[in-house]
Amino acid sequence: MEWFRKAKSGIGTLIKKDTPADLWVKCDGCKEVLYRKELAQHLHVCDHCGHHFRIGAAEYVRILVDAGTWFPMDTTLRSVDPLKFVAKKKYKDSIQEAEKKTGAASGVLSGTGKIEGRPVALGVMDFRFIGGSMGSVEGEKIARVFRKALRDKVPAIIVSASGGARMQEGVLSLMQMASTSAEIARMRDAGLPFLSILTNPTMGGVTASFAMLGDVHIAEPGSLIGFAGERVIRETIRQQLPPGFQRAEFLLEKGFVDLIAPRPELKATVARVLGHLYPG
Amino acid sequence: MPVPKGPHLEFEQPVVELAMKIEDLLKTGTITDSDVKSLQGKKEALQKKISAKLTSWNRIELARRAGRPFTLDYVKSIFTDFVELHGDRRFGDDPAMVCGLARLGDQSVMIVGQQKGRDTKESIRRNFGMANPEGYRKALRCMIMAEKFGLPVISFIDTPGAFPGLGAEERGQGEAIAVNLMEMAVLRVPILAVVIGEGASGGALGIGVGDRLLMLENAWYGVISPESCSAILWGDSSKKQELSGTMKITADDLKALGVIDRIVPEPLGGAHWDPEAMYETLGAVLREEIAKLQGVNIDALLRKRAEKYAAMAKFAEK
Ligand SMILES: [Zn+2]
Repeated sequence: MEWFRKAKSGIGTLIKKDTPADLWVKCDGCKEVLYRKELAQHLHVCDHCGHHFRIGAAEYVRILVDAGTWFPMDTTLRSVDPLKFVAKKKYKDSIQEAEKKTGAASGVLSGTGKIEGRPVALGVMDFRFIGGSMGSVEGEKIARVFRKALRDKVPAIIVSASGGARMQEGVLSLMQMASTSAEIARMRDAGLPFLSILTNPTMGGVTASFAMLGDVHIAEPGSLIGFAGERVIRETIRQQLPPGFQRAEFLLEKGFVDLIAPRPELKATVARVLGHLYPG
Repeated sequence: MPVPKGPHLEFEQPVVELAMKIEDLLKTGTITDSDVKSLQGKKEALQKKISAKLTSWNRIELARRAGRPFTLDYVKSIFTDFVELHGDRRFGDDPAMVCGLARLGDQSVMIVGQQKGRDTKESIRRNFGMANPEGYRKALRCMIMAEKFGLPVISFIDTPGAFPGLGAEERGQGEAIAVNLMEMAVLRVPILAVVIGEGASGGALGIGVGDRLLMLENAWYGVISPESCSAILWGDSSKKQELSGTMKITADDLKALGVIDRIVPEPLGGAHWDPEAMYETLGAVLREEIAKLQGVNIDALLRKRAEKYAAMAKFAEK
């Protein structure tokens, strides 16, 4: 779970750097200074090096879902503090800060909508909400995406961006791995597609549950995807990790993602796969 | 019974000293039966007093203590006719995960479980109970075989985590665990899991989904070890003791949270003080639990299994 720290300082954050106001950003990939407006038009992908800046859940919905077709669900579900967890910080305070920062009540935005005219149930994790970690609410909302897909007989799509299970909810967050994975078995029985979209980062308990159970795994270029965090692995094996380790391209090579789709091609790719699996 | 071998834990030191004194006196034969009885009584009273005051961290120490029974110890003592099954038919055999057929009373069952080693050589061979993807895939292969032949699955959980290694990542540790979670959710035979020592994170859950989850009195189960949690928050493991309380990882905590179904009591002082008694207790519990599960219609059992995990989320609506 230590990608927390890494992700904070790592790739994909929009940083301001002695440029007037918020007009310019520096690319973490190539250090090029980019005009923010233009970057947004390019779906937050650097047009010099192809670096994918991190974006929030609402932006993925805008990118994937046909305009005017989105109906959010379960927006009132909120985290509680079942363990009364106080460590370096009170869990309650972390939740409040995350709510303030994202304007959302949880780390998953979910709903129904259409992708190039095809109805789907969609859940998107938001890394800005406590590192996209999966607590009870997040697990519940993802499980409900599958249940909605089963009820409506439509495909399910989850966009993952997560450090893994949320340790502040202890074993209850671990149990979300089981409850979300169970629903995917029912999707299989019902013959409904589940497309798992892996973005930067998809780690720990999310990789070890629903994110790796898709009929098709579509990764964004350069995304960090894995089970154990880099520090833990380094400390365990006491050697440097090869370049590109746990990146989307590494997983493609090892056989754990089906394809890598740059963000501007994501929607069309999803639609094409659904067109084959579930022409409807 | 003999005093368990060391290294002893700090809080059990007074009991160890008293127990050794009793042993010495018995050896020299200079003590009357009634004196032995009174000293034994004193020792038990001391053990009860210590047990009542165990912290969450103490439980973790007990769960990891040398001399604590491992999966194969239970298998050999509680079951008969064990036939170990090796390999995942994909990559290799993972000695950190043992699987096999065995008989519990008259009932054939499929066993899966993590296995630690007693000495350094064996510990290394068993990778300290940290399974690789092929371990999880072996367990799954065996569980699917169990489904085919209608055998209940008994899972012994004892792991400090799934192995965080280069090869494990290359071979899809996350995917291996994920598939197990999905398949175990719908496996059409009863699954009984028991945390016998350490139950760390996805590595434990990867063989831990089922109808009934039991936990030995001094086992621990959680999303992350207190050391790792401390390392994430503070950069080192210095806060592990207080965090182990915060994180709610003991059998009592998890029973209160509704995550486990039953706590299996250990002999006074912990399983390592009297392994034979531990085997007897757990054996009786397993026979009782399996008989109960065998009596339930499988569709009803699967419905209950689904409801159980669906109800684990704790949240508010506003
Ligand atoms: Zn760039």
